[in-house]
Amino acid sequence: MTVIDLARAQFAFTVSFHFLLPAFTIGLAAYLAVLEALWLRTGRGVYANLYRYWVKIFAVVFAMGVVSGLVMSYQFGTNWSVFSDKVGPVIGPLMAYEVLTAFFLEAGFLGVMLFGITRVGRGLHFVATCAVAVGTTISAFWILAANSWMQTPAGCEIAANGQFVPGPSWWAIIFTASFPYRLAHTVIAAFLTTAFAVGAVGAWHLLRDRANPGARTMFSMAMWMAALVAPVQIVAGDLHGLNTLEHQPVKVMAMEGHFQSHPHGAPLALFGWPDQQAQRLRYAVDIPKASSLILRHDPDAPLRGLDTVPRADQPPVIIVFWAFRVMVGLGFLMAGLGLWSLAARLRGRLYESAALHRAAVAMGPAGFVAVLAGWAVTETGRQPFTVYGLLRTADSASPLAAPAVGASLAAFVLVYFAVFGAGIWYVLRLMAKPPEAHEAGLDGRPIRSAGITPAPALAAGEPA
Amino acid sequence: MIDLTVIWAGIIGFAVVAYVVMDGFDLGIGILFGLLKAGPQRDTAMNSIAPVWDGNETWLVMGGGGLLAAFPLAYAIILPALYAPMIAMLLALVLRGVAFEFRWRDARHRAGWDAAFIAGSLVAALAQGITLGALLQGIAVAGRAYAGGWWDWLTPFSLLTGAGLVIGYALLGACWLIWKTEGELRERAFAFARVAGLALLLAIGAVSLATLGLEARYYRRWLAFPGVLATAQVPLATLVVTVLFYRALRLRKDVQPFLWALALFGLAILGLGISIWPDVIPARVTIWEAAAPARSQAFMLVGAAVMVPVILAYTGWAYWVFRGKVGHEGYH
Repeated sequence: MTVIDLARAQFAFTVSFHFLLPAFTIGLAAYLAVLEALWLRTGRGVYANLYRYWVKIFAVVFAMGVVSGLVMSYQFGTNWSVFSDKVGPVIGPLMAYEVLTAFFLEAGFLGVMLFGITRVGRGLHFVATCAVAVGTTISAFWILAANSWMQTPAGCEIAANGQFVPGPSWWAIIFTASFPYRLAHTVIAAFLTTAFAVGAVGAWHLLRDRANPGARTMFSMAMWMAALVAPVQIVAGDLHGLNTLEHQPVKVMAMEGHFQSHPHGAPLALFGWPDQQAQRLRYAVDIPKASSLILRHDPDAPLRGLDTVPRADQPPVIIVFWAFRVMVGLGFLMAGLGLWSLAARLRGRLYESAALHRAAVAMGPAGFVAVLAGWAVTETGRQPFTVYGLLRTADSASPLAAPAVGASLAAFVLVYFAVFGAGIWYVLRLMAKPPEAHEAGLDGRPIRSAGITPAPALAAGEPA
Repeated sequence: MIDLTVIWAGIIGFAVVAYVVMDGFDLGIGILFGLLKAGPQRDTAMNSIAPVWDGNETWLVMGGGGLLAAFPLAYAIILPALYAPMIAMLLALVLRGVAFEFRWRDARHRAGWDAAFIAGSLVAALAQGITLGALLQGIAVAGRAYAGGWWDWLTPFSLLTGAGLVIGYALLGACWLIWKTEGELRERAFAFARVAGLALLLAIGAVSLATLGLEARYYRRWLAFPGVLATAQVPLATLVVTVLFYRALRLRKDVQPFLWALALFGLAILGLGISIWPDVIPARVTIWEAAAPARSQAFMLVGAAVMVPVILAYTGWAYWVFRGKVGHEGYH
């Protein structure tokens, strides 16, 4: 493996681990804000119980997200120093704005959100929860603006020293052609990921006790999200795809597995095995003209293929092709589960249908897998460039020796599997506990009333 | 001459100071954690920083992100030059960061997560101190890239600065515990602070003398007449602050030892500034050579000018919410 391969493997590994965590916390923070709002409005204990239940999980996931994010913010420099030097003047300020407007907001109010309700009262505590939720979404705004600029760069000039420097308008840099679509698609994905995780936990406990009020409420809320938002996501994804066709057509060729150009309507390959060496899609199962119909809304519209792209400018097709199918397949399954839950709800069997609950448990990780697959499509599809069309990945890496990057990659793999493996185990253990009926307010007796951390409760023998 | 680049050097400097001041004491508690008894002592120490550590660490992201944005060339040279310490610091911060939550979630393995918290805090502090030493002793630059070897950073001098920062953070941690805790734990914190204060003074002295010997420019910067009349105030003030620090310890004050320890840090950072200014990589790259274009710096300055005061306000509020002594049973 070359230094570039190792550095790419390291980035892919650390960013994949990291991305799962904000994908969950963006949705979960918003869910907690909704739960607290419902509790403040209705005074119903079940909402307070659910808040207590999910905030413990949120704290663990958030801690992992913070530390894995810190790694990302320095990895641009350790492994991709040439990239940092060249594009720092353009995307550096976007990331600085992320720190200034999002990270501090989340971190500053997190302590109050987790530990502070008896100190600040209900109103301010709700403000803190909302601040954390808003912070996670602002963070998505800036980091996706930076990412979108790398996909569809605009608004910059190239200086004499080789740096990309901002042109007269920052608006042009932030709101690049792909940004609104990527932002919508990603934030909706985060909400859906959370909805399916929450739904799976609710379903798991409904399978054991259909009467558990907390399980019923969280399952119902999650299935509303699935039924209403999954179809919206399919539309958002379609629009994002059309935008990609316009601005990064090569990525779409790889997604579709179109090695050949199709002047009279391109087929949609449901499955197949992309053979980039031979530049053809083996064992393809095609629907004639369907790709042109979807992408151009005309079955006979011509579509160019990878035969129009020099080999050196092609992304690794097999990853893009398959990751795309995984993402889309899961998207339709999620929408399907949402429709099923809607039908069960209309027939009054939302809490009774064990088959639905089992399906919801099985679909619990669907959002996470889909998010990773989608990320692989868009990032791998950008290759072999870091800044699409302008800066090659091969020209972006640090002047490092392979053993240095290999050793750090091994260290990251070891530590991440140990640390985040343990973290996922703790999260699953928290999820395995049924939501209990305290029926008290968030500032009331049970949970954490004995401490800011559950130490005394643990000492007293209560499992965490 | 004040231009955008000077202002941004000031903002990054402020972020570094804010980071050292705030994450310094919670890393310091990690460094001292192994000396505390398992049970209420450790739980109390942890509770005293649990609501604020995350915000403290954000200043490190601000420093790194700000450097990338305002001085991309410096970011691109320093991080590869300090590859091993940087990776070690990041992994150490991962370990100690998750320990805050994990130790409460797993009573059976709490000792293990406590060990991760201790080791992570220690390694992070050491790596940061080594980074400082490596910058001061100079790093090889060719064109727009680092041109040295992978172990250039490892010298007796950088190990000295690494040890110095570990001691300094331990002192801040001890003083934080004096401020925030009571009883037996506070007594131990007084004992730690007495030892760490003296050790830090020795470390500052050793680093200062060693720095003078590193390069002639440091020697001239500090000791050439008449500048020495101004620069000599820094070591003198350090001695005065040390005396005041020990007086505060003797009088068993709550807050004062922490403030005097911060003053010691402030003077050490001022000394660094005198040595380095106006370079971002000492003797190699000035802040103007590393600067991003004015359009980048101006755009960010708008955000920083608006947001930094807001951030300081709500951070201050969050500290205010958790004011007062903390028990091992928490804030009730």
